[in-house]
Amino acid sequence: MALNPEFVGRSYPPAPAYVVGREKVREFARAVQASDPVHFDVDVARSRGYSDIVAPPTYAIRLSMAAAEAVVMDADLGLDYTRVVHGDQRFEYARPIVAGDELVCTVTIDGIRAAAGNDILTTRADIATVTGEHVVTSYSVLVARGTDGGGE
Amino acid sequence: MELTKGTELPSKTFTITRADLVRYAGASGDFNVIHWNERVATEVGLPNVIAHGMLTMGLSINVVTDWLDDPVRLLSYGCRFTRPVVVPDDDRGAELVVTASVSEVSDGQAVIGIRAECDGVTVLGKATATVRLD
Repeated sequence: MALNPEFVGRSYPPAPAYVVGREKVREFARAVQASDPVHFDVDVARSRGYSDIVAPPTYAIRLSMAAAEAVVMDADLGLDYTRVVHGDQRFEYARPIVAGDELVCTVTIDGIRAAAGNDILTTRADIATVTGEHVVTSYSVLVARGTDGGGE
Repeated sequence: MELTKGTELPSKTFTITRADLVRYAGASGDFNVIHWNERVATEVGLPNVIAHGMLTMGLSINVVTDWLDDPVRLLSYGCRFTRPVVVPDDDRGAELVVTASVSEVSDGQAVIGIRAECDGVTVLGKATATVRLD
């Protein structure tokens, strides 16, 4: 089903602030086999100039994917969420996420197109602190597969 | 940091077992059933349970971040999820081999091309990180 191109440029209001917890950062770092003590040890992180332990680079997906759900589940957009796969992902960093950050994520639809029977949706998630400091932008390409297609 | 185009970064090999998928699901909040339920995975046409694309992406960047001495130097990281990493239900799991090399150096920044392979097949497309060198 073709998506409505009028949705390009639409933003979805951010969910309540996400507070980055130390144990969540450690859990995520273990799951992606990150070994640098800067992800686990507060003293090491502070000695290297951070206010607290540092989240691995792909941690931002926790926020951007949760926020993108608002888009995927938007009935008016008409995306068949049962056929959605993650096709492409890019992060642009202003700085690493650290434990204690209070973050808000605003998702915008950057593009909608159809190719080879698939609907292809490009979203941009701007992640900033509650005081307005930009931290990271997450660009995701979501592919609603027609009969076949790539992804993950 | 002294480096030129073509400089190879130390490579890394990661093992991905079913337990690793469950751990990543919990840590990331991504509980999509195709990453832990063989029945559903095969019903939707996959050969078996597959790893989260974001887990493969998260593992692969270790090659760059372990080589950088500070995570703040990472400016961008992106990839395409081209082929699934199939994770069998055994003790061996899947093996992900990640290599990387410098593809461009300019203005105090370097572009690093990352290759992630499983059974000799590339699983991430156009995986690239940009890092600050100064």
